[in-house]
Amino acid sequence: MESAVLKVRNFNAFFGENHILKNINLDIDKNSVWAIMGPSGCGKTTFIRCINRMHELTPNATAEGSMKLNGEEVYEMNPVLLRRKVGMVFQRPNPFPTMSIYDNVIAGYILNGIKLNKQQKDEIVETSLKRAALWMEVRSTLHKKGTFLSGGQQQRLCIARALSMNPEMLLLDEATSALDPVSTAKIEELIHELKAQYTILMVTHNMQQAARVSDKTAFFYLGELIEANNTKTIFTNPKHEKTQDYIRGHFG
Amino acid sequence: MALLKWNQKLTPLDNEIQQLKRQVISMWEMVLSQLQKAEEALKNMDRDLAREVVLTEKRVNAFELKIDRDCEDIIALFAPVAIDLRFVLAVLKINMNLERTGDIAEGIGKFVMDIPQDFDARLFEITRVLEMYQQGNEMIIDVMNAFEEEDTSLARKVFKKDDLLDEINKNAATIVADFIKDNPSKIESALYILSTIRKLERVGDQAKNMAEEIIFYSEAKVLKHKPKNKKSEE
Repeated sequence: MESAVLKVRNFNAFFGENHILKNINLDIDKNSVWAIMGPSGCGKTTFIRCINRMHELTPNATAEGSMKLNGEEVYEMNPVLLRRKVGMVFQRPNPFPTMSIYDNVIAGYILNGIKLNKQQKDEIVETSLKRAALWMEVRSTLHKKGTFLSGGQQQRLCIARALSMNPEMLLLDEATSALDPVSTAKIEELIHELKAQYTILMVTHNMQQAARVSDKTAFFYLGELIEANNTKTIFTNPKHEKTQDYIRGHFG
Repeated sequence: MALLKWNQKLTPLDNEIQQLKRQVISMWEMVLSQLQKAEEALKNMDRDLAREVVLTEKRVNAFELKIDRDCEDIIALFAPVAIDLRFVLAVLKINMNLERTGDIAEGIGKFVMDIPQDFDARLFEITRVLEMYQQGNEMIIDVMNAFEEEDTSLARKVFKKDDLLDEINKNAATIVADFIKDNPSKIESALYILSTIRKLERVGDQAKNMAEEIIFYSEAKVLKHKPKNKKSEE
């Protein structure tokens, strides 16, 4: 039986008075890829930002309910430790501009004040870049600035940075929406490979991408989780009319 | 689930799907007209009308290719999902079924053209071939209406109607054999009638296949390879 790495129960999120996420219940299986879909403002980004508690960095933001990562209540954990377990990659590639490719990969360790010797650092950099399918392209230029890389390479560098902390879960917030089709294809291929080791949640507006890459899809609308099912079912025979309207482009 | 809701604003994909639907209905009407003309030709031994059916078959084939291309374009350009995808997949199969039904009409037309002597009227009567023909045409019309109206209950009625075709087909061999024994000089026309009956039985099969596709795209249910009584119920 598959085990749920993340269990979300009666979860609510607010920005001040605004009720953003409404009573969300969802189980995320280990080593699965989930696509989170829905129209703008439906709460999908808020949902994944709640998983690594970035939501609460916004003033007036609050959350209620239960969210357990491997049995441990997310909202009772130390947020810094939590974010090591839950890596995140954003829409725009954001390598640290003053750091080299090498330092960008181990930035999590540097910023957390974790001391590593040269050999450990080398190993982490190589392994993470290999996992992010970037090693072959940058191995001879590791000490150049990360910002010299192309957009697609920068995004894979950000993925390598997230992977370097050995997270249990990877959150991708529209991670390919600023990339060209070739770079997008590379990241999608990478997601397929990473699935063996990580559990991945990706927010995407690109429905074909959700169909291609994910095992499961969750559809959010106006802060509610409308339907969560196998991606194949969602795209061939969705059970809820709103899901069907959305994926067929009949919204608004 | 319907392809369009009454208050729905049409997307470019909706327009393509509606246009495809109109094309399929035109193809359906053409094939039905072929079947009806072949029926008239058979009843009245009208060899000119039979020739017309045979010549028109080329148009049916061209129509099939056009619909296939349109389906391919919609899949490539619009990446349809859910009911839209099921509709395009269903149309691909219905298109093939229609083309095969057109082949059957052509085949009957060729029999009428080829037979050296007129059919014996008694043969029509004892084999019930004309009754079978009428039922086959009705089935094709019912499925066409079911497709046009997205009416799955009408599509389901077709499964039951096929019983008559099966019955006539099942009894045909014995009836024709007895007729040949009594009328050895009319072997050829008797065999043509038997072949026509076999072809009409396949018209029923094509109608049933199309009904299954309508139910598949509307309700996402797969009825293929299920027993007949279950098909009407499910």
